[in-house]
Amino acid sequence: MPSFGTQQEELREIQRRLTILKIALLAIVGLLALRLWDLQVRDGAYYRDLSENNRTRTVILEPARGLIYDRRGVLLANNVPSFGLYVTLEDVKDRKALIQGLVGLIGLDETVLKKKISERGSKLLPRKLKDGLSLREAALIESHRLDLPGVMIQADSQRNYPNGPVLAHVLGYVGQVSAEQLEKSQSQELHQGSMVGQYGVEKAYDRFLRGRAGQKVIEVDALGHEKRTVSVDKPAAGDDLYLSIDLRLQRLAEELLGEEAGAIVALDPTNGAVLALASRPSFDPNVLSRELTAKQWDAIVQDDSHPLTNRATQGQYPPGSTFKIVMATAALESHTITPSTKIRCVGGFPFGRRVYKDWKAGGHGFMDVTQALVESCDVFFYTVGQRMGIDMIADFADQFGLGQETGVELPSERTGIVPSTVWKAKAKGQPWLPGETISAAIGQGYVTVTPMQMAHLMATVANDGVSFRPRIVRAVMERASGLVHEIPTVPHGQLAVAPETLALIKEALAGVVTRGTATRARSALVSIAGKTGTAQTAALRTGPQEDIPKRFRDHAWFVSYAPVDAPRIAVAVLVEHMGHGGSAAAPLAKQIIEAFVRHERAEPKLAERTGVGKPEGLELAMQGAR
Amino acid sequence: MIDRVMDNRELDSFDWQFLAVTAAILSLGVLSIYSVTHAQAGAGLPLYIKQVLWILVGCAAFLAMLMVDYHKIARWSYVLYALILILLVVVLMAGKTSRGAQRWIPMGPFAFQPSEFAKLVLILVLATYYAHAPREGWIQRVVLPGLLMMPGLLLILKQPDLGSGLSFLAIYAALLLVVGMRSKAMGILLLFAVMLFPFAWELVWGALHDYQRERIMTFLDPAYDTGGKGYHALQSRIAIGSGELLGKGLYGGTQSQLKFLPEGHTDFVFAVFAEEWGFLGTLLVLALFLGLLMLSLEIALKAKDVLGALLAAGIVGMLGFCLMVNIGMTAGLLPIVGIPLPLMSYGGSAVVTTMAALGLLLNIKRRRLTLFY
Repeated sequence: MPSFGTQQEELREIQRRLTILKIALLAIVGLLALRLWDLQVRDGAYYRDLSENNRTRTVILEPARGLIYDRRGVLLANNVPSFGLYVTLEDVKDRKALIQGLVGLIGLDETVLKKKISERGSKLLPRKLKDGLSLREAALIESHRLDLPGVMIQADSQRNYPNGPVLAHVLGYVGQVSAEQLEKSQSQELHQGSMVGQYGVEKAYDRFLRGRAGQKVIEVDALGHEKRTVSVDKPAAGDDLYLSIDLRLQRLAEELLGEEAGAIVALDPTNGAVLALASRPSFDPNVLSRELTAKQWDAIVQDDSHPLTNRATQGQYPPGSTFKIVMATAALESHTITPSTKIRCVGGFPFGRRVYKDWKAGGHGFMDVTQALVESCDVFFYTVGQRMGIDMIADFADQFGLGQETGVELPSERTGIVPSTVWKAKAKGQPWLPGETISAAIGQGYVTVTPMQMAHLMATVANDGVSFRPRIVRAVMERASGLVHEIPTVPHGQLAVAPETLALIKEALAGVVTRGTATRARSALVSIAGKTGTAQTAALRTGPQEDIPKRFRDHAWFVSYAPVDAPRIAVAVLVEHMGHGGSAAAPLAKQIIEAFVRHERAEPKLAERTGVGKPEGLELAMQGAR
Repeated sequence: MIDRVMDNRELDSFDWQFLAVTAAILSLGVLSIYSVTHAQAGAGLPLYIKQVLWILVGCAAFLAMLMVDYHKIARWSYVLYALILILLVVVLMAGKTSRGAQRWIPMGPFAFQPSEFAKLVLILVLATYYAHAPREGWIQRVVLPGLLMMPGLLLILKQPDLGSGLSFLAIYAALLLVVGMRSKAMGILLLFAVMLFPFAWELVWGALHDYQRERIMTFLDPAYDTGGKGYHALQSRIAIGSGELLGKGLYGGTQSQLKFLPEGHTDFVFAVFAEEWGFLGTLLVLALFLGLLMLSLEIALKAKDVLGALLAAGIVGMLGFCLMVNIGMTAGLLPIVGIPLPLMSYGGSAVVTTMAALGLLLNIKRRRLTLFY
């Protein structure tokens, strides 16, 4: 330790030397100030010019969107090349001349053009004026490039759905990212003009399909035309999807519905895979994925038949007699009845000041619960419904997944309604009326469900109470690694119902087809179990259906699974305004099931088709997708 | 609690100047960060709010470093150094990698960059060393402190963090300068430097990432730029230059707002500021920094003991170096190495370290009038 004296001496020496540091600092700051003077004042105008006419332009290179295949590898969505017309406003000196030039050359709509040019957005990034130019139009513009500063033609890709309107509601469509979407997106992945999924799987799995955009920095000449490439960051293509849909079943389902409005959902009860999901009327996603004029768009949105609604997941219908599956389970499980309890049906059920009718005038006579399901006796269920009360019914409907989303990966799924005293107080602010329980007991009144929910319900029954979340995408093929990630089945819960109860219900459902209301679904090929339903659309009408205008006629339901012993397919069919489920819906389900069985016999290993990658990170993938 | 030996009078005009200059630089920094990032929608808190939070943390660090007698702090310097070395090892093993360098230790939503704190700790270690070291002998005066610095320097270069590594060398150099080497020692050192240069070059150049080499090559030889890497340097120059005398006004910086300029809120914050506020604005910033440096030198000049003087000198050296390299690189005078502009660039670790250093400076000043021992 140096002594105090030398310390002070040393301190003085240090402080003398600080002068060197001081001079160095003054010199540094002085030098920096001089440099800044050079840059900002002496050469300021030059740099200002450079910044204003920044001679480099960034061109975004769109990634190729991931492809979509069905379960057998049949192509459902791909990309085809097209020419896009772009303009960089920074390089446009005279906007009027530009508009006139483009209108004159290829006959673009002047007002649309004006609107696009005046939209908010960067002046330095090329903006798309039109896509899908014909080769002739592209050539015309290229040959006039000297008259059109800032204009360029870029090879884009256009989303293409080779099967047209088939599977449209599942696939969805793509469109330019909207201003709100752009603002909401937290990543920098999206940019003005990005194509993103706007509906269906395209939307739900957009994150995977989208890929990563690249960019090219180019040096442009005074007309804004590319002179030299400065740097290229290549885009990365999006991941491919393999759906669980079988396009053959899907086509058949849509053909069966034909011109009628309705929905068909087919699920694999053992894992929740969606085999077919048809909703009619449909739309052509090829049209929607192109740029539509406001008029075209309005025509689609305002179409009375609502082609954009996915009736399978967004259509909410009274379940009608298909709800009796829930009722029978609830009645048995709550010990309101036993399997041998008999109730006499005389064709009507007096309650309060009115009589609730059975569909069969004169009644069914004495019925136990099995017979009541097989013959779809209304009075039996009016009686047990009244005994149980609405909240007990609601509890079981809830267990069967009604009143909630099934969780299928399609955007904007609807939940339907499972009414209860609490629900009514909340939704209507009124107390529950006892008579409303009677209607609910046969799936009328406030109860509504979606066809997807009913298919899911049947799958749950078929699978002895174990249910899986319905899923449309079975695997994602990661482009970067080439790995196929199987999306795992997601258990959706288990019915807390005694095995005997389920066995009884299943036996009754088989009886519905062999000797009950759905004999028209009986197949020589495979044993089918099911339940018919007829959903009233307007209250209390009499007379034969044919006399009623079509839009007031009942909806026909048939929900089913097959084969009876070891179910591998569950099908829900809903046909709007077609009357009785047994005649209008059951034959359709039968055809789907038979086609499925025939395919299965022809290709026994179909179910194992994909299965390469490890299921790593798939939980995440699922969450991301939802 | 204020330490007993503290000058307990009211803040005098010097202290006020010191605080005001610091606050002014911090504010201009937040303003520029706000300007360049306000339009970017991002997850979580906006960056400028985060920066304000960091400044609040920095205030706490400032007060802590001000309250405790700096002799007490210095007594802990070797322990702190050991801790920092451990953290630097942790960073290498478990740190977060960003842009090819492993510099951060993730802590919840934030990341902590030990190499920033290491700079201040190095100042403490070297100043403490010299305060007790014999006054003679070039081994004791040059080699040993150099060896003392080595583990930290090597760990930082391994990340690699060229900017912090250079700051380490700058601090060492600044202290060597003021402790006064004899000319003979200086000569020997120079000789060694020349002899060791190829090895050192290999060590440093070999530790660099491709992007860093490219940046240096771009600087040395603009024609080297084939992949567009000189683009950043050019865009930064365009940003500063196009500000001209009066600037383009707040949010008016087309270079930064249109993202021609990368990292506008961190290393290139000065270019953002220069574009929007022009030459008058940059002069103001330079004047503020010069003011801060001169006030700090004043503290070193009036320190009552060797430790205080060396600490102050080390801090001045660190700040001056960062200022020179950062503005030098944004203005195209120096190659682009990742050194933030003190108090202005976005970055929690850097802000907290710098504010702690300023607290230490004021500590030295406030205790200069008290009796020795």
